[in-house]
Amino acid sequence: MIPAAFTYHAPRTLGDAVRLLRAYEGEARVVSGGMSLIPAMKLRLVQPEHLIDIGRLGELDYVRRTEDGGAAIGAGATYRSIERSRTVAAVAPMLVETVRQVGDLQVRNRGTLCGSAAHADPAADAPAALLALDATLHTTGGPSRRSIQARRFFVDAYETVLGPTEVLTEIRIPKQPARTGSTYLKFANKASRFAIVGVAAAVTVDRGGVCTRARIAVTGAGPRAVRATASERYLEGRQLSAEAIAAAASRASRGMEFIEDVHGSEEYREHLTGVLTQRALMEAARRAGV
Amino acid sequence: MRQVTLTVNGRRRSAEVEDRDLLVDLLREKLRLTGTHIGCDTSQCGACTVLLNGAAVKSCSLFAAQAEGAKVTTIEGLAKGDTLHPIQQAFHEEHGLQCGFCTPGMVMLLHEFLRRNPDPTEHEVRAALSGNMCRCTGYQNIVASALHAARTMRGEA
Ligand SMILES: Cc1cc2nc3c(=O)[nH]c(=O)nc-3n(C[C@H](O)[C@H](O)[C@H](O)COP(=O)(O)OP(=O)(O)OC[C@H]3O[C@@H](n4cnc5c(N)ncnc54)[C@H](O)[C@@H]3O)c2cc1C
Ligand code: FES
Ligand code: FES
Repeated sequence: MIPAAFTYHAPRTLGDAVRLLRAYEGEARVVSGGMSLIPAMKLRLVQPEHLIDIGRLGELDYVRRTEDGGAAIGAGATYRSIERSRTVAAVAPMLVETVRQVGDLQVRNRGTLCGSAAHADPAADAPAALLALDATLHTTGGPSRRSIQARRFFVDAYETVLGPTEVLTEIRIPKQPARTGSTYLKFANKASRFAIVGVAAAVTVDRGGVCTRARIAVTGAGPRAVRATASERYLEGRQLSAEAIAAAASRASRGMEFIEDVHGSEEYREHLTGVLTQRALMEAARRAGV
Repeated sequence: MRQVTLTVNGRRRSAEVEDRDLLVDLLREKLRLTGTHIGCDTSQCGACTVLLNGAAVKSCSLFAAQAEGAKVTTIEGLAKGDTLHPIQQAFHEEHGLQCGFCTPGMVMLLHEFLRRNPDPTEHEVRAALSGNMCRCTGYQNIVASALHAARTMRGEA
């Protein structure tokens, strides 16, 4: 399959990439790993006239520890480099667990975490983890540089708050509090591995086993990844028992919007959301030492 | 048209491509390296897998222009004269192929995988192959080939 013709640009700096985006505003797309964009271009679902490759910018290819003990992941960092990063393993083991479940090895060798966030595929894995980890997303190229909280970033299916000339340059994962346990579980489409429903959960407990903080995020179920705030509120301040977890999970779909497609009905996705939330919370609690 | 220069199987090669030409088009049509196959053309099957700077990638999902300056290894680059690479030899001995269409991609994927994980479990091999499809073998002998190759490359067989 042959994509529509376009002009390929390989800027040498991020500044040049932004200048190109501004010069061709409305006609240009950035390509990073290309694992969503190139298949879509081959199907002619997207036909940019200018393709601006930020995937070869050395300045964006990093994963590093921040001063406050978190992790900063540059837009060039592939899933595979995150899988292998000791920093991410130390700061956010759940993110490693999540990216290992993305697609296949070849896709993970090219695809990037920032690309997945920017693409905002409703069935993507990364958005759930970013929401549950309270990540912030840093941009350049708009009217000003921005740092956006994950829960304000995802707007709708394939839609984020990013403007047309804005580049997502870095994702920051804050240090998680002590006695936090977390996990990402997904019920995957058997062929594509995308999430039919995926749930990321992170719980923090005090010495007495009371849940002091809960972060639960669901992807695949609806048009965008969202936090299950009713479940979070139910758990916070309660003893993290199996009963409390079951009760919290039964509230997971409150206020949530579900989608229906060939892989499952709305009811099916709602059911999976409850089941996976319960399982993810049980595992997160176990890892928190409960 | 633009000129792309890259190193393929250790040799510097140049070719004229359109910006929208894929790496697999460059390899097959311009350089006549037809060992790299196009199965699905939709990023699913892995038949087009090659190594790009050592990493297994689907060459149908990458523009040729993006490989400017890169080192690419294709299935043609593995054998040394008449001596098959240990992964190829293992496929031969374990009957790891039937029609052979998926084989180049399988071998290139395993090339990176076994370098990083020289002593994998059967489960790890199966997980690593999740982006490579085979319509013939039922995978059993492909997995056996991978484990056989791993043993040879560790010097155990
Ligand atoms: C076979 C296959 C299986 C897959 N399975 C899964 C799966 O199981 N789970 C899953 O979550 N995903 C899956 N994916 C999708 C994959 O995770 C995404 O394609 C990838 O993460 C997107 O990142 P990228 O760098 O490849 O983005 P690209 O494809 O380069 O870009 C995607 C979109 O985001 C924009 N963009 C990219 N980077 C930036 C940036 N830094 N700033 C602003 N905009 C940007 C681009 O303009 C484009 O619109 C699969 C893909 C394939 C091909
Ligand atoms: S031809 Fe490239 S993945 Fe199938
Ligand atoms: S041997 Fe025929 S597709 Fe694998």
